[in-house]
Amino acid sequence: MPILSIIIWLTILGGVLVLFVGDQRCRPVALAVSVLAFLFSLPLFFGFDRSTAALQFVEHVAWLPSFSINYSLGVDGISAPLILLTTFINIIVVISAWEVIKDRPAMYLASFQIMTGFMVGVFAAADAILFYVFFEATLLPMFLIIGIWGGPRRVYATIKFFLYTFLGSVFMLVALIYLYSEAGSFDIQTFHKLPLGANAQTLIFFAFLIAFAVKIPMWPVHTWLPDAHVEAPTAGSAVLAAIMLKMGGYGFLRFSLPIVPDASLQLAWLMILLSLIAVVYIGFVALAQSDMKKLIAYSSISHMGFVTLGMFIMFGIMANTQGSADISHAVLGLEGAMVQMISHGFISAAMFLCVGVVYDRMHSRMISDYGGVVNTMPVFAAFMVFFAMANAGLPGTSGFVGEFMVIIASFKANFWFAFLAATTLILGAAYTLWMIKRVIFGEVANDNVAALTDVNGREKLMLAMLAIMVLFFGLWPQPMVDLMHSSISNLVAHATVSKL
Amino acid sequence: MDNLGLATPEIFLLCAICVILIGDLYVREDQRPLAYLLAQVSLIGTLLLTWSIAPEIGSATAFGGSFVMDQMSVVCKTWILAVSIGVFLYSRDYINSRNITNGEYYTLALCGVLGMMIMVSSSTMLTLYLGLELLSLSLYALVALNRKDVRSSEAAMKYFVLGALASGALLYGISMIYGATGSLHFDAISNALATDADSTAAVFGLAFLVVGIGFKFGAAPFHMWVPDVYEGAPTSVTLYISSAPKIAAFALAMRFLVDGLENAHSNWQGMLIILSVMSIVLGNVIAIAQVSIKRMLAYSTISHVGFILLGILSGSEQGYSASMFYAITYAFTSMGAFGIILAMDRVGADVQLLTDLRGLFRRNPVYAAVMMLLLVSMAGVPPTVGFYAKLAVLSAVVQADLVWLAVVAVIFSVVGAFYYLRVIKYMFFDEPAETQPVLAAFDVKVGLSINGAAILLFGVFPGLIMAACVAAFSG
Repeated sequence: MPILSIIIWLTILGGVLVLFVGDQRCRPVALAVSVLAFLFSLPLFFGFDRSTAALQFVEHVAWLPSFSINYSLGVDGISAPLILLTTFINIIVVISAWEVIKDRPAMYLASFQIMTGFMVGVFAAADAILFYVFFEATLLPMFLIIGIWGGPRRVYATIKFFLYTFLGSVFMLVALIYLYSEAGSFDIQTFHKLPLGANAQTLIFFAFLIAFAVKIPMWPVHTWLPDAHVEAPTAGSAVLAAIMLKMGGYGFLRFSLPIVPDASLQLAWLMILLSLIAVVYIGFVALAQSDMKKLIAYSSISHMGFVTLGMFIMFGIMANTQGSADISHAVLGLEGAMVQMISHGFISAAMFLCVGVVYDRMHSRMISDYGGVVNTMPVFAAFMVFFAMANAGLPGTSGFVGEFMVIIASFKANFWFAFLAATTLILGAAYTLWMIKRVIFGEVANDNVAALTDVNGREKLMLAMLAIMVLFFGLWPQPMVDLMHSSISNLVAHATVSKL
Repeated sequence: MDNLGLATPEIFLLCAICVILIGDLYVREDQRPLAYLLAQVSLIGTLLLTWSIAPEIGSATAFGGSFVMDQMSVVCKTWILAVSIGVFLYSRDYINSRNITNGEYYTLALCGVLGMMIMVSSSTMLTLYLGLELLSLSLYALVALNRKDVRSSEAAMKYFVLGALASGALLYGISMIYGATGSLHFDAISNALATDADSTAAVFGLAFLVVGIGFKFGAAPFHMWVPDVYEGAPTSVTLYISSAPKIAAFALAMRFLVDGLENAHSNWQGMLIILSVMSIVLGNVIAIAQVSIKRMLAYSTISHVGFILLGILSGSEQGYSASMFYAITYAFTSMGAFGIILAMDRVGADVQLLTDLRGLFRRNPVYAAVMMLLLVSMAGVPPTVGFYAKLAVLSAVVQADLVWLAVVAVIFSVVGAFYYLRVIKYMFFDEPAETQPVLAAFDVKVGLSINGAAILLFGVFPGLIMAACVAAFSG
């Protein structure tokens, strides 16, 4: 059964259906579509062969023969967890929008369903142009979501978001066309095996870097993210943080590392430097925020710094273990990056939804407008404190696992890398808990807070679903690591062999 | 007069034009739609005739080798006719409501179509020139059709003076090439240049040819007429100028530069690089500053022309088919965009400014969605057809070892994305100034919906057009 195609087209066509059933009946239809899509993605976990790094669930249809572009899909241990994350978050999105969105709800839910189809396509594509098509196609629904349902500065934020990502990805397009002219095919696996000269590798590396650095985002091309996050509606922020950022990280793993390994090795210092700046500097920036959504946005950038650090630290580790065939620490770093991506998907989505819950009641995101929320919303306060702890990397939550793996791997490369990276445990705790202290705890700050009502069943459901995932992977990350282990090991083995 | 049958579509169209021209004198005021119906019928008839005589493979010539029917001409004619049918459909209500004389509009427009078909099928320089002049003269008259409008007359005057100058340059170039090679036939020119492509007379003539082609395309730095004509002409005429003639201009360039002067490729490649870079840069940057939607689309056209030239200058079959794909898809994208503007247009409430599109989503969500697709396609964002047009052209450019050119092109296409997004912003994010819903005739609505759906359909299955474009240049 072509499971990947079913997930992609079920959500896209389902989204069109949602649009057509109208504002009255769109909610149950959207829910049904999202749940079905999630159920269809479950075989990617249970039916996944963990012993091989080869692509699975492969589909292959000729699409544009004159350019040897194929509709070819397939997943490995890197993309399977991300697809599962995408379809899972999609359900949460529908629940979160249930009664909150009153203006054109059908169009809102349809945009998210269609976008989910595109995002699954990004992770499932085995053809570079198919990847690019899905990668770019996600921009349009998000552009509309931020532009129509966003906050006061939504137009500025959404155009900035679109142009930043578009600018980044067109360079990738030129690089892909160049690779095609060398390889004679747009197949990503063929690109992996393609020998390339040092100059070409460097140029291609930078083309990919611009595309993925903007997307993930890395310092200093991160500035679109706080704007987009702040202005987007709650679910938009959640999807941006939980999934769209991961498309950048996925791009590094799928394109940069295996296609241009020598340039990645050469420029690993730059990547590590930028990652550490993101972790430390952006951590401090987050500390200074007075807007909750902005604070979480900056915290996302800082966490993504960990992801890129985990990916490129492997070159530092391999340099230290010259001659030995032991790649286990490099694998640990990369797996840490992957675990961090998945875990951040749950936690950041949860944090944005928490802000959304109070925003729906108070229509303010400013920390100073809150205080003592625990007194009127005890259940909500419990959830928010839990997710904040996870965001700060408390052991027992999934936030801890990835960070810990990356820090351990960093030690094998350089003590100071690990030291700087570990400051996130302090900074992350500082900005998250300080926000919690000001928003949740203390005396009831004003009449508005006193009038708050606690979370209803719908909100409880969506927060509980996320809390279970955070706790589960925090206590027992092994299923997730098993899923990706073969692919990551294969990637490290591949990327440490020179293509020159 | 061997092989007269190859020109059956053109002969049929010419007869139909005469019938409409004379018949229009005898119909009463209340029978005006007749000219429209006859025009559409003659276009459809021409289209069917074209298909019926299309050679399976290869090419056939007539009129002593001055008229050719090959794969390229079949594809180009098909799309010129199909786009013209759409153009007439979208123009109809505008023309009726503006008291623009029906018979004259359709007669002149059909003459233009005939000129384009002759251009596409010509295999000597003189036939090509004749076709081009037939098109140009029809266009000058069409722009001035609304003769009470000062801006319309001014635009026509400007267009005519500059156009005559360009035609002169083209003719001068033709005479130089003739002097250098001793023939007007493209085959003979090509053979003569095979041994001596760098003779001074040939290069000198080539420069003038490129000037003429650049002008007819509207490529920078010969683009000055484009914004004024787009803005001054009645919108239905702007719609006409912006669509099918782009395919004809592509054929013009292909016939001259590839059929005739391919051996001088190294000479004209550099010239076209200058034209295309200037067009892409100027078109996209200046479009940002426009407040009039017709001027904005005019500058956007200039930038797209730059992309069409990119494919031609790469000098490979792949590049030619990419350019053809680009020209065809751009023609029906541009047609849709002006179609939406025409559908919104009311007597007394012209759509002139970008802000006139404000809140279109509230007034008619279907049109807003179609317009969004068209604009996104122009910006080159997948999954619309415009993306594949850009992909094909860029891929040809990269394979010709001109990676830097591809990088320049994509950077400025991002600049271009900004002004397309701004229009989407007006349509979707802003509230309308007037709440009156936008209504249009049923067939126009269907036409526009098909137009928008085609952008997506060919975006998901680009092979449908691409296969024909590739076949037109292989072997």
